[in-house]
Amino acid sequence: MKRKIACFAVVILALLTSTVSVAAENSPPKAGSTLPVMELLKPGDSAYLKYLGLPGGGNSFKINQIKAKVVIIQIYSMYCPYCQAEAPNINRLYASIENNSALKDKIKIIGIGVGNSQFETGIYKKKYTVAFPLIPDEDFKLHKIFGEVRTPYFTAVKLNSEKPPEVIYSRLGALENNDLFLAQIIRLSGLK
Amino acid sequence: MKKQAILAALFICFFAYNAYALSEAYKNNIYNPGELKPVDSILKVKVGQKAPDFTLQTVSGKIISLKDYRGKKNVVISFVPAAWTPVCSDQWPGYNIVQDIFESNDAVLLGITVDNIPTLYSWTNQMGKLWFDVLSDFWPHGAVAAKFGVLRSDGVSERALFIIDKKGTIRYIDVHNINKRPSLEDLVRELERLK
Repeated sequence: MKRKIACFAVVILALLTSTVSVAAENSPPKAGSTLPVMELLKPGDSAYLKYLGLPGGGNSFKINQIKAKVVIIQIYSMYCPYCQAEAPNINRLYASIENNSALKDKIKIIGIGVGNSQFETGIYKKKYTVAFPLIPDEDFKLHKIFGEVRTPYFTAVKLNSEKPPEVIYSRLGALENNDLFLAQIIRLSGLK
Repeated sequence: MKKQAILAALFICFFAYNAYALSEAYKNNIYNPGELKPVDSILKVKVGQKAPDFTLQTVSGKIISLKDYRGKKNVVISFVPAAWTPVCSDQWPGYNIVQDIFESNDAVLLGITVDNIPTLYSWTNQMGKLWFDVLSDFWPHGAVAAKFGVLRSDGVSERALFIIDKKGTIRYIDVHNINKRPSLEDLVRELERLK
């Protein structure tokens, strides 16, 4: 009986220890840190694969496989009123990057729909005519890696094939000024 | 066997992900009740039965009875447990961008909680302008939820969806795990079955 109790205590202790370490790892991304490795669901749409410079095949991809210098990651949800209200503005941000030949191939945007299924990211895309890829995160796995931030949340990472993606910018809440935001991203990434 | 069950429960407690993502729209104003008993009531209605009628006041001051829609519209009732809580705050704003899906299925949506009107007013204001009516089942407390058998023992309702057709017959019931948002895809599929 004593042995059983001891065994049980060890299991509980192990669980508690691992929980603490998981919680410590999963704080919101901070500028200067590296982005934890994560597997994202690969978009089925060939236009998205082309935009991200990803090869076809396989179900998932990693951020550092995206062909760009900088990736802006928008953590959003179709159930988030601020994200909904801001959607047209993020579309304008996307357009201003795509219409700028100096930035077009260097900066890419992805949205991660936390708690959203493929069906739900599809609804959001259609409702707001979102042109950049929206990646479903139905079981909140990516949300957990991002420290369960409130939405919308923006992270920009600098890509380097030699190293893991470096977080250069993090922000909770809607972007108030696209031009200022973009200028900041360009400055922090050293693109200019 | 017992030990396995305890270990499974522990695993769920320590490793379960939060099943919601809070919007910045609510700032720090969401109260987190933690993980709750998934379902804590006994349904009093069944698919195929006539839905019990009710009359409630909406946040905008209208008085709505279920029978008002008889012969006119299908009705989706979304009971959510409580204003200013995580999963509930992460449910109706999604329905707010799919008015077209409800309309194409000739359906209206009625959101119901046991909260009073002032609370519902300030909470739903954070969601932007809602196209659907939000009804207060505050007094007599939870009477409508009780009629359907979705009033929990602590006085809040379940997170439950009912689809009632134009004849007033219940066509779909989902008394969902209170800790999780129901799948929108399931609801849309069931709405499309009404055609």
